[in-house]
Amino acid sequence: MSGLSIQNISMSFDLPNGGSVQALKDVTLNLKAGELLSVLGPSGCGKTTLLNIVAGFLVPTKGEILLHGNKVTGPSAERGMVFQQGALFEWMNVRENVGFGPRMKGVSTARAREKVDHLLDVVGLQDFKEKAIYELSGGMQQRVALARCLANDPDVILMDEPLGALDALTREKMQSLVLNLWKETGKTIVLITHSVEEALLLGERLLVMAPRPGRIHKEYRLPFADLGVDADLREIKKHDDYGDKREEILEMIWNMEEEIMGRTEVAG
Amino acid sequence: MHGTGVEVTLPEIESGSGFAKNDVLAVKAYRTKLLKWDANDSETRKGGAKIVAVNGQLIVFGTDVDAGDLKIALTQKGTLNVKPNKGIQMEPIWLPAPEDVWNRLKEISTSGFKNYTLAEHLGFSLFRVVIGFFLGALVGIPLGYAMGLSDWFRGWFDPIVEFMRPVPPLALIPLVIIWAGIGEVGKTILLFLAALWIMAIASRAGVSGVRISKVHAAYSLGASKWQIMRYVIVPNSLPEIFTGARVAMGVCWGTVVAAELVAAEKGAGMMIMVASKFQQTDIVILGIILIGIIGFGIDMLMRWAERILVPWKGRG
Ligand SMILES: Nc1ncnc2c1ncn2[C@@H]1O[C@H](COP(=O)(O)OP(=O)(O)OP(=O)(O)O)[C@@H](O)[C@H]1O
Ligand SMILES: [Mg+2]
Repeated sequence: MSGLSIQNISMSFDLPNGGSVQALKDVTLNLKAGELLSVLGPSGCGKTTLLNIVAGFLVPTKGEILLHGNKVTGPSAERGMVFQQGALFEWMNVRENVGFGPRMKGVSTARAREKVDHLLDVVGLQDFKEKAIYELSGGMQQRVALARCLANDPDVILMDEPLGALDALTREKMQSLVLNLWKETGKTIVLITHSVEEALLLGERLLVMAPRPGRIHKEYRLPFADLGVDADLREIKKHDDYGDKREEILEMIWNMEEEIMGRTEVAG
Repeated sequence: MHGTGVEVTLPEIESGSGFAKNDVLAVKAYRTKLLKWDANDSETRKGGAKIVAVNGQLIVFGTDVDAGDLKIALTQKGTLNVKPNKGIQMEPIWLPAPEDVWNRLKEISTSGFKNYTLAEHLGFSLFRVVIGFFLGALVGIPLGYAMGLSDWFRGWFDPIVEFMRPVPPLALIPLVIIWAGIGEVGKTILLFLAALWIMAIASRAGVSGVRISKVHAAYSLGASKWQIMRYVIVPNSLPEIFTGARVAMGVCWGTVVAAELVAAEKGAGMMIMVASKFQQTDIVILGIILIGIIGFGIDMLMRWAERILVPWKGRG
């Protein structure tokens, strides 16, 4: 069985005061190899928790994750992760960062070099190979993070708000880059975002999660990701269907946020 | 009036006629001198002669007469005490002139002071600092790492380290003297202790300050625990360790000087302490200036090393 299978995951965190928070409840989801999934949801609905469980950083209280039929027991190179920011190694230059994965596997720097340089070309950083991380802009840093993840050739790429800290223009360029990489490499990608537009553009499937406890609220299948490959994303946004979906999802999330606020008011 | 160390011959003067002859007196700078005015007179104090006025002003015991450049007082025995005005000048024993200090620098850097040249005194102090700091870092950094990585170590050593850190190393001198004397061993122990806690705290902070996302990223790139230690935790902690080293070197420098003040055969602190006992103020001032310059130099050197070795500091 190929693909990623999230089976009946529940997660609760113990709090210092003795209580506990249920971050996820009975989340089940199957992703075929090569699928692109975007995840949306109000703040605190357990998106990061879910991703950390898939990555193997957290052990769920209930349920299990299967990748190609094998149970996930901890982090590994087959599930790469791209963080929002600050996960690059400042003590290494761009090329060393991208070559980190192969190096950990014992591949010699010289042998990994061709692949690393190719990936840096792909993400448009061919002129910055020897630069220090802190000499790059935020957008360039995220491209390094993307290349570093790809250098390991993971089966699944997990991204937690990877473009959240970028300005609108850089963000749009990066969205195109992600789409193209997805089509070219055929990786399974899970992408968390706070932006409804981004979720629509970068999701073959779109998952809306609801909070307290964190669970899957609704799922969409969308055509925009396929259309967006090699196309101007701004053209896609002019689709009638795109606008309708955006309004619908915005409304849905808005209502959830309202409900949370209302509840805290009553509780307070 | 004449300067210190200058030989003067009293000028010849007319002694005049009458029962009180003229007197002449030479007074050294910053000093006062008694004038025994009756030494050459026919009428003496024993015989009941007295001075009643100076410069036309009445003079009694306890009140000075201002005579322009000098003040004259009557002593209880009837002699005159001559006190030249010093103006705003200060005696060299309190604050020597800059050129004196400069000349003394040239003198002791060639001919030395108390059996050692100036360079040896300073060099030896620096050497002690380097040894003490090195030992402190050698133990402190692994201890800090262990505390940052293991709860067990943190549980045991945190209270000790946190308690010892604010204790000024100088307060340990008496205890170290009891344990090891104030010889080289005692001094090394003192400097070791001065550096130890600072380095332990700095490296603990360096380890526990690593962003969890960096560790997670390394794990999901296939790194093993040891590889994460080697390629993530250690380099990530270097900036903190360098900051700690800079502080520790500064503290060690201060501590070594103080320890040498207490007792030493050579060293910057010993030099100024001995000079102070012999009232060689110029050497004391010289020593203080050199100690300051070296302390500053150590700091600049560490900053420079930091820029070269951990250029990513503060840019995570
Ligand atoms: N280590 C933890 N200890 C205790 N509670 C936690 C922990 N991590 C997450 N939580 C709780 O679990 C819930 C889900 O958190 P999570 O970070 O997954 O949300 P999220 O959907 O990623 O939010 P955001 O959109 O703000 O990033 C929150 O209520 C949070 O307080
Ligand atoms: Mg999150």
